[in-house]
Amino acid sequence: MELATFLIQLLNSVQYGLLLFLISSGLTLVFGIMGIINVAHGSFYMLGAYLAWSLTQSFGNFWLALLLAVPITVLLALTLEWLVIRYLYTRDLLYQVLLTYGLILMFEEIRSILWGDDVRGVSIPAALDASIRLTDTLSYPVYRLAISGLCLLVAASMYGLIQKTRIGMTIRAGSVNREMVQSLGIDVTMLYRLVFALGVTLAALAGMIAAPVSSVFPGMGNQVLIVCFVVVVIGGMGSVKGALIASLLIGLVDTFGKVLHVEVAGVHLLPELASMSVYLLMAAILLWRPEGLFGKRG
Amino acid sequence: MPPSHSAPGRTAARVMLQIALLLALACLPWFAEKYYVQFVARILIMGILAMSLDLLLGYTGLVSFGHAAFYGVAAYSLAMLTPAYQAAWFWTSFPLAVLGAAAAGLAIGFFVVRTHGIYFIMVTLAFAQMLFFLFHDTRIAGGNDGIYIDVRPDTTILGWKPFDLERYDQVYLLVLVLFALVWMFLRILLRSRFGHVLVGIRVNEHRMRSLGFETFRYKLACFTIAAALAGIAGYLSALQFGVVNPEFMGWHQSAAVMMMVILGGMGTLIGPVLGASAWMLLELGFQSLPVAGSIDLGKHWQLWMGAFIVLTALLLPSGLLGAWSALWRRLHHQTPALDADDPVAKP
Repeated sequence: MELATFLIQLLNSVQYGLLLFLISSGLTLVFGIMGIINVAHGSFYMLGAYLAWSLTQSFGNFWLALLLAVPITVLLALTLEWLVIRYLYTRDLLYQVLLTYGLILMFEEIRSILWGDDVRGVSIPAALDASIRLTDTLSYPVYRLAISGLCLLVAASMYGLIQKTRIGMTIRAGSVNREMVQSLGIDVTMLYRLVFALGVTLAALAGMIAAPVSSVFPGMGNQVLIVCFVVVVIGGMGSVKGALIASLLIGLVDTFGKVLHVEVAGVHLLPELASMSVYLLMAAILLWRPEGLFGKRG
Repeated sequence: MPPSHSAPGRTAARVMLQIALLLALACLPWFAEKYYVQFVARILIMGILAMSLDLLLGYTGLVSFGHAAFYGVAAYSLAMLTPAYQAAWFWTSFPLAVLGAAAAGLAIGFFVVRTHGIYFIMVTLAFAQMLFFLFHDTRIAGGNDGIYIDVRPDTTILGWKPFDLERYDQVYLLVLVLFALVWMFLRILLRSRFGHVLVGIRVNEHRMRSLGFETFRYKLACFTIAAALAGIAGYLSALQFGVVNPEFMGWHQSAAVMMMVILGGMGTLIGPVLGASAWMLLELGFQSLPVAGSIDLGKHWQLWMGAFIVLTALLLPSGLLGAWSALWRRLHHQTPALDADDPVAKP
């Protein structure tokens, strides 16, 4: 493989990995702090992408769309938490899975009613619609670099929020001992609502910024959700650090798995089989550490 | 679990009732139209699948979110064992399909059974999706479009043809017989020592381990058996539809079976069957909703299904059976005593 091609694939895998991190960190936060498994997490990714598409259509500006879509998602998350999610805190995992699965079906159909079943495209915002030339024939789009940058920025501010602020301190305390935090006079209900909104917004934001490169299509959330499950299984449920490392690992395995089959020309591997490489990685990690790389040993 | 306090007379009455019900069901093709016979056959197939999942979910406490994988493996086995425009032989294709599902269960179980709780849910789903993509993305069995079974399996044995699977009524009877056999098998299995160990694992796995049970082996065996039984359902489904596609093992299928089990009532055998019937009737009902204004209510039946799932998870945690017994108690002015026989009740 040429150096330039290698570099492009490397950048692609980092970009994909960071995007996965943005989504799966929300999933792992909501579980780690609230003890809720939100199967509908992928639906918010889809929702973000469709909001970005629909608002860009109406206002003609991607950034304005982004600015409007984020508060819409937060509002929706808060409403949803108040309507159904809050009844799940004391319930068995099984019912959490079921209820949030029911939400997926509803979201998919509401999406179908509101926006139809066609594949949509969002054009890359003009300011970032350029590419960096690597060689005479190869270049790298600036927008993909911007995605990576934005993901890193969000990750850093999340780290700051959780590790350095008072709210973050309460969140961390709440994940360790809910009753203790409550008896100290902190409104845990409000805290949970906040964390849920944060997790959902991260997923939706990922959908918004991914929309110009991945296009917008029905069922896009479910595809991403399963990969996020793999991320969380590998990284360890509840661990944000684990989610970061596992996301990058999966980004690498997935991207290079799709490229390297061409290299093994002697053995004709089906290119589609590359999509299984991620699951094989998960199987290997499960044998080695069933609770994930950074999970708590149960 | 059989109620330990029931008198032998009640058990006998119960068995008689079950036999009478089976006989009544067996008569269905003589007075019902083809559509209804096939619909009941589908309910029975889903009943087999739901019972097999309940062995994991309700009895052993393993929340598998990828059970459709094994249903799909067996269905694909039949499709791939059927030569183009010719019939597969029933007496080899059926055991091979079930064995295939069991082998997939053993292989996947080897990895997933070592995880617990939330990991188990996600890992079963992930492995099922891996199989889904294997059949969806590669051309080994028709890819996305699926694969057709042109001719139904041939049952001729030593020059004698016991039943003709090209006839819908005989397919129905085969489904009914296999349904009864699976039911009986699970009854016997759950009353055996093995079945009691499984329930013990659900209640407290640590205790079972400290009692000296190799719980890993028991769980793996249970996972494999459940996969094999799901395989029976998959084979029958492929046989009835005559076409197999990746959706057979998709996660919507897995979730639907899970819903049937919970809707009916976990930890019983009749519960999943009731749940399967209710689910299929609901699906049919929602799909035949009319067009209201600019929205086709029937086309978006999944919206109503989703709302129904949300409400069930919130309001009916112990399923129809649980709701029924709560109502029964209220009507008879009984205090809701701690029911030792109720496997759903958790300490």
